[in-house]
Amino acid sequence: MKKAIAILGLTTALAGASQAGAVTVTLACGTVGQELQLCKEGAARWAKKTGNTVKIFESPNLTNDRLGLYQQQLAAKSSDIDVYQLDVIWPGLLSQHFVDLKGKIPASEVNTHFKGIVAANTVGGKLVSMPWFTDAGLLYYRTDLLKKYGYNAPPKTWAEMATMARKIQSGEQKTNKGFAGFVFQGKNYEGLTCNALEWVSSFGGGTIVDDSGKVTINNAKAALALDTAAGWIRDISPRGVTTYGEEEARGIFQSGNAAFMRNWPYAWALGQSDDSKVKGKIGVAPLPAGVGGKPAATLGGWNLGVSQYSKNQAAAIDLVRYLTGPAEQKIRAIEGAYNPTITTLYQDKAILAKNPFFGSLYSVFTNAVARPSGPTKSKYNQVSQAFSTAVSSVLNGNTKGQAAVAKLNTDLARIKGRGW
Amino acid sequence: MTTKVTSTPVPPTRRRGTEAARARQAFWLLLPTLIAIALVAGYPLYRTIFFALFEADLTTPDQRTFLGLGNFWFTTEEGVALGFLQDPKWWEAVKNTMLFTVVSVFLETVFGMIIALVVNSAFKGRAFLRTAMLVPWAIPTVVSAQMWAYMYNDSFGLVGRGLLGGQALLANTDTAIWALIAVDVWKTTSFMALLILAGLQSLPGDMYEAADMDGASKWTQFWRLTLPLLRPALLVALVFRSLDALRVFDIMYVMLGANNAAATSMTGYARQAMIDNSMLGMGSAVAVAIFLIIMVIVVVYVTAFRVKFD
Repeated sequence: MKKAIAILGLTTALAGASQAGAVTVTLACGTVGQELQLCKEGAARWAKKTGNTVKIFESPNLTNDRLGLYQQQLAAKSSDIDVYQLDVIWPGLLSQHFVDLKGKIPASEVNTHFKGIVAANTVGGKLVSMPWFTDAGLLYYRTDLLKKYGYNAPPKTWAEMATMARKIQSGEQKTNKGFAGFVFQGKNYEGLTCNALEWVSSFGGGTIVDDSGKVTINNAKAALALDTAAGWIRDISPRGVTTYGEEEARGIFQSGNAAFMRNWPYAWALGQSDDSKVKGKIGVAPLPAGVGGKPAATLGGWNLGVSQYSKNQAAAIDLVRYLTGPAEQKIRAIEGAYNPTITTLYQDKAILAKNPFFGSLYSVFTNAVARPSGPTKSKYNQVSQAFSTAVSSVLNGNTKGQAAVAKLNTDLARIKGRGW
Repeated sequence: MTTKVTSTPVPPTRRRGTEAARARQAFWLLLPTLIAIALVAGYPLYRTIFFALFEADLTTPDQRTFLGLGNFWFTTEEGVALGFLQDPKWWEAVKNTMLFTVVSVFLETVFGMIIALVVNSAFKGRAFLRTAMLVPWAIPTVVSAQMWAYMYNDSFGLVGRGLLGGQALLANTDTAIWALIAVDVWKTTSFMALLILAGLQSLPGDMYEAADMDGASKWTQFWRLTLPLLRPALLVALVFRSLDALRVFDIMYVMLGANNAAATSMTGYARQAMIDNSMLGMGSAVAVAIFLIIMVIVVVYVTAFRVKFD
């Protein structure tokens, strides 16, 4: 009898709770590759658990297009979308439109995520969004070719990489004229900013603009880094590398036409797929270090934030908490090779079995260098454009590193104007 | 010269009455159109000009500060130039757009004329050819631009690897502009040919018979008959194409990416300012400048060549 009453009580309580809280939350998901599918499934699991409904808003593929659309929605104070998927460089740009998650999500839960990523999501003490998955630049290499040419380990420095790439390239070009030593993202766009920040940072040349907002790019180490990269072109990289984005580089590497490639972790799962010509022949390592510096990888990744104009903030925050939580991140890591932002998941056996490099590259993800989007706030895009344009002119041989960073210094001063 | 109109005498008052009624009727019939134009063209234009005078962010258009013409030309006390007219990248975009417009429209007109003359003459399979030549024009620009971007690729592209032996034309804005002109000529020549062909078909056939009788060569016939009579159609086509070329955006954006597109087209520059950099005021100012540039060019065209649109 007691049991029956308890059950009855529990049922009514549950019914009452779900009735009071049953709302519809709209979630804006990315649609690149498996993203949409995993996003839908995760949202459905939360909906089933809580009795709420989730509507999925399919965002445009390109980051820039997505930002334009979101900006229009937010400027109109629209309540159509409750939860937004935000690029790691956007919090500074959009912070005023999002709910401060500090205090709304327990600190103990926030602290399970990488410190650097939480910091990148915090603007002026406000936690704009929660980390969902992370990204960092990696060096992909062909294990079979390294062995063939007598190397037993991936390169530790850029100079070493260039020597190895040159040797492999000249050997392979005897049978394959289109073979390249090293491919990366050299097109003048956000991807080049990420690549070049890795070069500059690995040479000890700083992060373009430091945390206090001071422009630091005009230094000899940064200039040397850019000149080194320019030296790769026509030597170990094809001339057209200055028109490649992520997919062009991956296309060349995955069709077996390159020894080394700089790319994001997503290239791993695709390189190991059945239609890949280099399946089972890929190794992943941290990016090489520069002269007198240490390796650096640029931090990427996506986060979830709750719109200030949302009518169902409590439910939306709960959805963010669920999706960024350990159970959901584990599923995404196993099914889509999305890098978790929760540190302990890098010791998870099931995840490591599927993505063996996650464990050994743990330090790459924890020490990734953030682009200066925090200090430069809403002007980050202009800073990034000026930087990638300057790098592009060095890569194309129109100017030398020294002159490029000096001119960039002037350009950045102009963009800074009266302050970031 | 005065000719006396001797029509049936109609009481003047009645006549004015009908005319006034007709005018009233015409006004009411036109009203929906006028309202539609005001809403879809007038209001956005007004807002663009309005925001051009402010410093405003795309995400918070309500928090704006009045700048006057500061978006165009402004130097801070520290001597930092902030107006877009002081930005060398803007002038590079203007220079490249002008080069693109002049060269591509010229080539399209010449090639279009040749194609139109060929297709206009009677031969077997003429109907098929007329349809086939429209294929490049029928493909959406975004698609053909991406297609050409692949063809220009230096490691697997048909043009980049095959014809040019591994040159990357799109890497540098100086060489990229010629690659883009080639794409535009490939794409739009057929449209030009179509417009010229329509003009050619309105020319009287017996005029050429008479010219043949008089013993004029085909060459003379072209220069003395066809070209002068074709002038109105040709000029309208030229104005259309020039306008299109000045507003070019998609080819650059798809083939070069946002940053380099901003250095090769005025519209790319405007988009970058407004969307990528979320500078609503600055972007609007650039849009106003483009509007003025295009307007001036059209006025020059129309007055200098006395183009008649009716």
